[in-house]
Amino acid sequence: MTPQSNFMVVAPIIPERETELRQLLDSMNHGPGQVDPNNALLPFAEFETLHFARFVILDDKTTEDVRVYGLSPRTYPLYLAFLGDVDGDANAFLGKLIKRAGKGLGKIFSCCQGFAADTDLFEWMKQHEAPAIAVYVNWRGRTVRQIREEAALYDALENYVDRNYATLHGLRPRELHDKLRTFVNAEQSAGRVTLSKEDPTPIRWQIKNLLHMIGFPLLGVLLSPLLLVAAPFYIFALRRLEKSDPEVSPTADQKHSENLSSFEDHDVTNQFSAMGSLKPGLVRLLTTSLVLKTVNYGARHITRPGRLGRIRSIHFARWVFVAGRERMIFCSNYDGSVESYMDDFINKTGFGLNASFSNGIGYPRTNWLVRDGCIDERNYKEYLRRHTLPSQVWYKAYPGLSAGDLEKNTRIRQGLEISSITDEQAREWVTLL
Amino acid sequence: MSEVDYADVQGLVRFGYGHMTSASYALVRVKNAAAAKAWLRSAPITTAVAQKPPPETAMNIAFTAPGLRTLGVPESIIAGFSHEFRGGLGQESRARQLGDVGKNAPSNWTWGSYGREPDAMIMFFAEQGQLDPFIQRTRDQNWSEAFEEITSLGTSNLDGDEPFGFADGISQPQIDWEQQLEKPRIQLGYTNISALGEFLLGYRNEYGKITDRPLVESDAAAAELLNAEDATAKKDLARNGSYLVMRQLEQDVRGFWKFLHEQAEGNVADAEQLGAKMVGRTRAGDSLVPIQSESIPGTDPRTVTQNQFTYESDPVGARCPFGAHVRRTNPRTSDFPERRPNALRKLMIMLGFGPKGFYNDLTSSVRFHRILRRGREYGSELLPKEALQAAPPNESPRGLHFICLNANISRQFEFLQNAWITNTKFSGITGESDPLLGNRESIPGCPVTGNFTIPGDGTLRRRVSGLPQFVTVRGGAYFFLPSLRALRYFARA
Repeated sequence: MTPQSNFMVVAPIIPERETELRQLLDSMNHGPGQVDPNNALLPFAEFETLHFARFVILDDKTTEDVRVYGLSPRTYPLYLAFLGDVDGDANAFLGKLIKRAGKGLGKIFSCCQGFAADTDLFEWMKQHEAPAIAVYVNWRGRTVRQIREEAALYDALENYVDRNYATLHGLRPRELHDKLRTFVNAEQSAGRVTLSKEDPTPIRWQIKNLLHMIGFPLLGVLLSPLLLVAAPFYIFALRRLEKSDPEVSPTADQKHSENLSSFEDHDVTNQFSAMGSLKPGLVRLLTTSLVLKTVNYGARHITRPGRLGRIRSIHFARWVFVAGRERMIFCSNYDGSVESYMDDFINKTGFGLNASFSNGIGYPRTNWLVRDGCIDERNYKEYLRRHTLPSQVWYKAYPGLSAGDLEKNTRIRQGLEISSITDEQAREWVTLL
Repeated sequence: MSEVDYADVQGLVRFGYGHMTSASYALVRVKNAAAAKAWLRSAPITTAVAQKPPPETAMNIAFTAPGLRTLGVPESIIAGFSHEFRGGLGQESRARQLGDVGKNAPSNWTWGSYGREPDAMIMFFAEQGQLDPFIQRTRDQNWSEAFEEITSLGTSNLDGDEPFGFADGISQPQIDWEQQLEKPRIQLGYTNISALGEFLLGYRNEYGKITDRPLVESDAAAAELLNAEDATAKKDLARNGSYLVMRQLEQDVRGFWKFLHEQAEGNVADAEQLGAKMVGRTRAGDSLVPIQSESIPGTDPRTVTQNQFTYESDPVGARCPFGAHVRRTNPRTSDFPERRPNALRKLMIMLGFGPKGFYNDLTSSVRFHRILRRGREYGSELLPKEALQAAPPNESPRGLHFICLNANISRQFEFLQNAWITNTKFSGITGESDPLLGNRESIPGCPVTGNFTIPGDGTLRRRVSGLPQFVTVRGGAYFFLPSLRALRYFARA
């Protein structure tokens, strides 16, 4: 199994170069939200282990919100973020990236502070790395290569089935399964269909993963006496904050909202980047960290492939602190429109949404961390829209394929690999075609 | 709970005016705001008060955002309306989201976009033979001074069928006018009852919250307006109003039946059966899945034989395909994939450890995505067998003036149109959008969107491919259907 990893580089933009940077980023697109996958600066399509990537200018317009806590807003530099999700080791990917597209990347990053002509690109990127606090991967181990092979398998099967419908449609599921297995085997032998075997799981990753799997709960157990003592105080403090924290959800600016829309719905999948300030104080910081570490742990070790709670439309997602621990960014790649994304979150995973986002300034009031909050649909949606940033450049390696398609294709392949399938399995498998 | 003042609500929210078989919609520009206001002040707007005997004529009116501006409504008030209403139906990003591309693109519309956007729509309804005199009476001196007509859309009465020849308008949500129902956080079973706030602004919706709307200062001009339920110092300009979505959908009835007959190789019964699979009901309006014995809250007793069903008994779409028009537009799902989970099971499902089946729990809960349909057909009736003949020269078009009411355009109409009708990935299927309404345009990575899949029951699915575009959008706009009080507020001199 090839595990997925990710990278994120965040660097302050030189103010005088902002316009130039925006033009550079725009030059990578055919239009807003429509990347040219072979653009000269960074030909994304040439990297066969890259799932998703994006450039976002972190132009957070909500920094004034801290005023509701009597704090005076800080002036942050404008940052550029470059992030991606890849198969295998992220450093190895960055190495390849630099080798092939170092010139283009250098051109982009030269608009950022501390980047000179002689700067070592890799070193600089590592220095500006922004590690995620929580990561979600829809299907750990499923590589871009596998996704493409399985999509081609699906097309080949559909094609074959359509051409031979007359002889196939009367078959019982097991007979059909058998027929299609024979067909696929022949196609493989002829080299028209490729279904590569999984690469072995890297030992280092396995060890790290195991330590992580044991370590987090172990830490919990070890700290449990302390946590038990602290819990009542913590809960008391959190409840007090929940009751008194101000809500800030003015209507999102119409122009901002319409600008975001111009980047959306060009593919069946959309990008989402949202940024905001955390509520001040230790209790909120601790809550954020604990919740996100738990999300991260659950997503890594517990969730079923293809699911985040009941949601099945998210490909990759991550939460990252931006330059310090005052502000946070959430980035995801999801299927469908932003409206259906938000509705899915409210209706299916409202509790998780509340727990992870209610520490942001202005979020609709929660109770006991997981209740209410986003149920205040109007305020929640305006809150989210207001915090959303346009992703200047966004790349997806498999346009037109939803997470549902990927899951279906994987299930079809897995089913095909069963040599003696039961009636029940075959019946279910046939519905996937 | 406050009682709804029906005299303040326009009649269209409560009634479809079924007995008034004639109707027409005037789409107008305001030439002269003062004259328009004068006309509005004396306009006989029909309210939602039930009358016995029912009135013989009715009139309702709705405004676009530019229309409100023309009437002099200040920008500060307009800013209180929803993003979608302010942006309008014809915006490029919205058009892409709603599938209004290719032949459907706003640039091809006969009205509603690019300088052909109406300020207001005046809807006239009348019993047979009374429409023309009614309209004549209404268009007085003030009318002529006030309005310039962009177009006047006629309607026809096809006795409950839509132009393709299928019974229409069978399923409508039942509105909880009394606001008696407590909404659970998680609704386990499908219900046909919708919170009043899903359709009427200023009331609690399915989340128990009040939708976005403009509130105004309580000054002399606003004295008559009702207080906002959630901000009592303010007046609620939108209370008892609704958003109205209007889309002119031209239907290629000949193309539809010709395609079905080609697919059925001339067999009439097979053609009708394929049509029924695409619609999701038979021509008579019967469900393709069995009617259940258990009652469904909010199902009109008169429509039990056609409406008392969900798709629970058809999990893979073998009876009614996932992609069928009525299954797409109302999948009859509840908030949860199981009806009677215990607490532990509920938690497990919420955390993602529910049933493993691919098609399980893929579709959103419908109670947040209902609309009240109030549309009417236009053009002459064309029976399926006549539809197979060549069209006479200069045949006039036929179709549906789709009208729906909702309190949250984005979560209701737009969600339906985007996530359920246009989406080529609905419910785990791929390569197809709504078999009736789909635009068949390719999208990146999906060159084909013109399929229609009929799942088998333990056998291979049947896939119909090459569906032509049967329905073309000819125009449309987002309107605000104000309360009578708001109307007087807009019309004040």
